[in-house]
Amino acid sequence: MSIIANPEIAKPASRRGFEQHLKVENVSRRAILQTLGLAGGFVLAAPLLSRPAFAAYETGAGKMPHGTVVDPKIFVSIAPDGIVSILAHRSEMGTGVRTSLPLIVAEEMEADWSRVRVVQAPGDEVKFGNQDTDGSRSTRHYLLPMRQIGAMARAMLEAAAAKKLGVPASEVKAVNHEVVHSASGKRLGFGELAADAASQPVPAVDTIKLKSPRDFRYLGKGQVSIVDLHDITVGTAHYGADIRLPGMKYAVIARPPVTGGKVKSFDPAETLKVSGVEKVLEVKGWPWPSKFQPLGGVAVIARNTGAAIKGRDALKVEWDDGPNAAYDSVAYRAELEAAARQPGLVVRQEGDVEAALKSADKVITGEYYLPHFAHASMEPPVAVADVRGDKAEIWAPVQSPGGTREDVAKTLQIPIENVTVNVTLLGGGFGRKSKCDFALEAALLSKELGAPVKVQWTRDDDIQHDFLHTVSVERIEAGLDKSGKVVAWRHRSVAPTILSTFAAGADHAAPFELGMGLVDMPFEIANIQCENPAAKAMTRIGWFRSVSNIPRAFAVQSMMGEIAAATGRDQKDMLLELIGIPRIVKLASVKDLWNYGEPYESYPIDTGRLRRVVEFVAEKGNWGRKVDKGRGLGIAAHRSFVSYIATIVEVEVDDKGKLTVHQVDSAIDCGVFVNPERIQSQLEGAAIMGLSLAKYGEVSFKNGRVQQRNFDDHPVVRIDEAPLITNVHIVPADPDTPPSGVGEPGVPPFAPALANAIFAATGKRLRTLPIGKQLAI
Amino acid sequence: MIKVKINGQEQSWDGDPSLSLLWYLRDELGLTGSKYGCGQALCGACTVMIDKEAARACITAVSDVAGREVTTIEGLHPTGDHPVQKAWRQVNVPQCGFCQAGQIMQAAALLNQNPKPSHDQIRDAMAGNICRCGCYQRIENAVHLASTGV
Repeated sequence: MSIIANPEIAKPASRRGFEQHLKVENVSRRAILQTLGLAGGFVLAAPLLSRPAFAAYETGAGKMPHGTVVDPKIFVSIAPDGIVSILAHRSEMGTGVRTSLPLIVAEEMEADWSRVRVVQAPGDEVKFGNQDTDGSRSTRHYLLPMRQIGAMARAMLEAAAAKKLGVPASEVKAVNHEVVHSASGKRLGFGELAADAASQPVPAVDTIKLKSPRDFRYLGKGQVSIVDLHDITVGTAHYGADIRLPGMKYAVIARPPVTGGKVKSFDPAETLKVSGVEKVLEVKGWPWPSKFQPLGGVAVIARNTGAAIKGRDALKVEWDDGPNAAYDSVAYRAELEAAARQPGLVVRQEGDVEAALKSADKVITGEYYLPHFAHASMEPPVAVADVRGDKAEIWAPVQSPGGTREDVAKTLQIPIENVTVNVTLLGGGFGRKSKCDFALEAALLSKELGAPVKVQWTRDDDIQHDFLHTVSVERIEAGLDKSGKVVAWRHRSVAPTILSTFAAGADHAAPFELGMGLVDMPFEIANIQCENPAAKAMTRIGWFRSVSNIPRAFAVQSMMGEIAAATGRDQKDMLLELIGIPRIVKLASVKDLWNYGEPYESYPIDTGRLRRVVEFVAEKGNWGRKVDKGRGLGIAAHRSFVSYIATIVEVEVDDKGKLTVHQVDSAIDCGVFVNPERIQSQLEGAAIMGLSLAKYGEVSFKNGRVQQRNFDDHPVVRIDEAPLITNVHIVPADPDTPPSGVGEPGVPPFAPALANAIFAATGKRLRTLPIGKQLAI
Repeated sequence: MIKVKINGQEQSWDGDPSLSLLWYLRDELGLTGSKYGCGQALCGACTVMIDKEAARACITAVSDVAGREVTTIEGLHPTGDHPVQKAWRQVNVPQCGFCQAGQIMQAAALLNQNPKPSHDQIRDAMAGNICRCGCYQRIENAVHLASTGV
């Protein structure tokens, strides 16, 4: 008998033999499936939005599409054998969220983690609340709601036990998967209470009592491994690429080499001769800018992926290149630089920067260039679709299952209720998989073919047709008075905007881009001006892990190093001086301070916390230690995704310009946290990604075409170039400090810390990324 | 007709002999543990063992393995308890996990040849396997742990 009824868990897993191939589930789900009879009756008519009546802090969760759902009947199910199933409604791409959110529920409901199974929710935001796994939001938005859900389930179990024992509810207590009546010594397991608990009313959010953090068994401890760990090590964890359906066709698509281009004509003759190829057909594209819609092109359908790729190699296509055929990265850089040397749209203004720069004793100018970056997740985009009549089922590694569902419905012009989006594990995401164009391609092809289809992007496709990280010039002028104090700061940031992917002609940054390290810059300087000159996009721009924080932190923290060098001061001392006294930064001149979508009262820019991570990393990472000749230390700190991070890098540059990163120390203050072991892994990974971007990260264009194709001409860091030691230091959190981001904030400070270290080692200041051959002598 | 032994089982293939072993494993046999990451032996996600040596399945034709023995992650150990697999779990290596089958197969092949590799030898042997999440420090530690006894 199932208890806290869960329609998702109760729903038959999927159609047509999918279960045989994909184990998203477990034994307990089957057990629940056998007891469906009781399940339906307990579904609440409408989701409860979390209105934090008693909450200690507010977040921006309620402002996300479909807000938050706090309902144990949606998220929790208990089988008669005591197995507790908890829904994971966010996507797992390596951050550990599929483990950590259910773990929060388990903690509050006093479930024993070894008897908990995690069930992946499909895309349905009305039922589950917002599912966009991006913006480093999951823990930040869901720590409290998940605690509330767990506490509600606990209260229902306790109420059921009290009723059964005929004692007041105040006399019983849930402890480790059972409810105990200590006066009589009686104990009732969660499994035997399941049915009765289901008939209890769901308590109102303002009546439940959360556990004291003192009593936490799991939260903040870091002793729980990710739920998919075993399956990953034996090859049975299932990613988007691993979905197989009976009768499924395999497709690869030749897409227009220039963004916004289209097919002029094609000749499938040679392709159709390739063994295993079954069909060649055109895929509809959308006019530029195409949002998340497919780019169009010519699809090759085959009995396996290898045949489809071989068939595509033999395909002859003539393209109409469209409006971006002239995109040339060398020329474009010159345009950005020219724009950065002229006044631009003023987006923050304090004091009189023009006058202060004029009267300054010394002006230091740094112009920094960062190219497009490709996400290059190890699993290239891939999706399976099965469209039959007016119904569609998708299996895909998407960060935005809710958005994918909406877009599939719109693209196929069918009701959203007829679309099921099953979320697989993601083989990396980094923002790429928040755009569902690959799932839409599969849906369109399946509709056309009347059969299930897998669309596999090759690595070449991935690098050539990405939604790229923007390309930018960041120009900073810092004016110093006679004593060396910085009195003026003008930062011009010019880069094509993500908005250009949605709106033709968008050429200025959105508040969410301005708010990533430009207008929210926390230094205490009397005269500050931030400007955003226009930039026209000529390719698809999208979110990339950390987004605009990467170029902004690189520029701001490199400039910090430049000022330290010019005035003969220690980098850390300089950084602390610029950050200034501990205070809440007031940004009166900023019209729309995005603040990562969070209320400023809960998540202000707190320079005390920024100072603290700098001091923490300096102490733990032994800042100022003596290093060998040819080596240098660099430091940088940055607030992003409402977390605070500081990083120290020790680098060696040999006489041939070969760079070795000997040690990395990163300190993070992300407020109260769930799983420190995953925070550590995220920051270890951020150092690798930061090093990859700094050393090699670049996608460039010539004649509108991307010049890189695969890991040979678009290298990423390998194990033999990885830092020899990476240490992660987590600032102990006060339990009242709201949780903040972890997945992204580790990346931005890495590259400037590295650049500052390289300067310390060699005296060479790097203002252009990637480093490439700049250190070669 | 090509005959090949995969994870101890005889298989035969009468399709295109030049089909890459990776797509044969994944699409034709349903052994999806080996992953596609680049198609050009640049990333190592598809690493399998051919007669105990690490090989990139993506650039190996099915005809190349005729009469030979292929081991994939699914066949590395009957209960998934190869020392490398155990070490991987003990060290909590994976983030997204997509590259890990290839990493584990590469590491197992390394330990076949060199049971006690130095840290430099580990970094050298594992340099063909990319992890975009950046689990390298833990990969190195896990291989070391597997070599010293889990």
